[in-house]
Amino acid sequence: MNSLTTQHKKVIRHGLRVVDHVLFYTLALLTVAPFVWMILTSFKDMSEIFVYPPKWLPSRLHFENYERAFQAAPFGRYYLNSLFVAFSVTLGQLITCSMAAYAFARMKFPGRDLLFYIFLGTMMIPFHVTMIPSFIILHTLGWIDHYQALIVPGLASAFGTFLLRQFFLTIPKELEEAASLDGAGRFRILWQIIIPLAKPALATLAIFTFMGVFNDFIWALVVINSEEMRTVQLGLAIFRDRHVTEWELLMAGSVTATLPILIVFFSAQKYFIKGIALSGLKE
Amino acid sequence: MKSKKQSYYQALLFLSPTLIIFITFILIPVGFSFYLSFHKWNMFSSERTFVGVSNYVQMFQEEDFWRVLKNTFIFTVGAVPLNMALSLFVAQGLNRKLAGKKFLRTLFFTPVIISPVAAALIWRWIYDPNQGLLNHALGFFGVDPINWLRDPNWAMTALIIMGVWKTFGINMVLYSAALQGIPKSYLEAAVIDGAGPWTRFWRITFPLLSPTTFFIMVMSLISSFQVFDLVYILTSGGPLGATKVLVFYIYENAFKYFNMGYASAAAYILFGILTVLTLLQVKFLKTTMYEAV
Repeated sequence: MNSLTTQHKKVIRHGLRVVDHVLFYTLALLTVAPFVWMILTSFKDMSEIFVYPPKWLPSRLHFENYERAFQAAPFGRYYLNSLFVAFSVTLGQLITCSMAAYAFARMKFPGRDLLFYIFLGTMMIPFHVTMIPSFIILHTLGWIDHYQALIVPGLASAFGTFLLRQFFLTIPKELEEAASLDGAGRFRILWQIIIPLAKPALATLAIFTFMGVFNDFIWALVVINSEEMRTVQLGLAIFRDRHVTEWELLMAGSVTATLPILIVFFSAQKYFIKGIALSGLKE
Repeated sequence: MKSKKQSYYQALLFLSPTLIIFITFILIPVGFSFYLSFHKWNMFSSERTFVGVSNYVQMFQEEDFWRVLKNTFIFTVGAVPLNMALSLFVAQGLNRKLAGKKFLRTLFFTPVIISPVAAALIWRWIYDPNQGLLNHALGFFGVDPINWLRDPNWAMTALIIMGVWKTFGINMVLYSAALQGIPKSYLEAAVIDGAGPWTRFWRITFPLLSPTTFFIMVMSLISSFQVFDLVYILTSGGPLGATKVLVFYIYENAFKYFNMGYASAAAYILFGILTVLTLLQVKFLKTTMYEAV
């Protein structure tokens, strides 16, 4: 009698586990279905797109959709712009944030903590409040429609400074003291001792920055006018207006615009997850 | 020995790149947009007229502004609870013994990382009334085709669904981290006392998650109030202004009509709302932190 109920319980537990798996795998499948649909559409012939009911698989891989998309708009140029801007901002932030973080973590100067709190406070200022005056400042400098407009305002980050400072604080001071006795200056200590030890934190910052800049839309929309200065996201948005229902081209463009980020994500996933879990960053 | 002054200059040197950018593109702009919100200025004329609070007064009398505010609230109230419920549900699932957990987590997280522009384009295609995947899927359940993006009654729902899909992965990661922090002994003790999974969740797990839930809620509210890219691509604020949200309104007034003063005033309204939310957060997190100690 007793053994029967335990057997029953086992069966029920096993059944629940199966249900659990089915449920969560279905949910995951639904979550990625839009991506799959995007990729499949990008390889379809126009005639296959307008059939009803929709067909999942293309009859053959129409790679020429990508060619056509790249001919209809200079996506190659957009790509170069986006990559150049994203790399510049990322590199710039790694430098400026490390320097500022080092000052906050290791140097003693009056008003340090107050300044640090003001820094943290600026994280709470929404971008849309500074957007209009920043535009006006860039306009005055004559930088509108130039790379500077996309790069320079991003060359510092409160989040990045905070992230690196927290990490630098965990590095034992003794290492630096030894180097300092050997006559190394602050810059050399930062460059030769701190930076190599802080690689995980720097990687997290680099990935977040790169993703943020590469995916940015509103700022490019505001400061860029001419076609050859467009980023991938802006180019794609304008492409949408001209090819409203040419879904195979629009999806080819979308695949193009998501590919670098997907590659970065799948190759450095743990830094993404860690970064979010650590900071609760939204963006 | 280095003198105090010398080390002060050195610190300043290390901080200077960051300080220059911050002063130019954050501190000055915050002040400048406050100043602009009391002026009428089209950006191109040299004339900048002081108008006092009339931008704000005009805004409060504008029907359009109230509708935009209402839309922003509807989006937020619709998206945030859905987002939180879904992310907690998925995080709970991933906290159990599932085969291929890491792989599943990756799949759930993917919508977060891709560009909002591409994401919204994909959803435009999914929402297509004739060839769209969604109407086709709903057809199996006998639902008549819905004109998701052209019907003012449905466009906001479409935006909310897409918004939840795009962002629940972030909250899932945050909830996962919090769930791992709950001591197993608590739940095991409850099992011995005969509590079922439902009771264990509502009596133990959920209350212990409350600081995280609050944090996630405020962060989600803050980001929902600033939704823009998704709206711009999916509906451009239409149809008939049914999805026009606050940031879209700011953008339009500033860069389409060049009402820099009026747009700045609207931006400050957004700033006010977000500041209240942030202060709530700071206050609450402090008290829970003290309680935890």
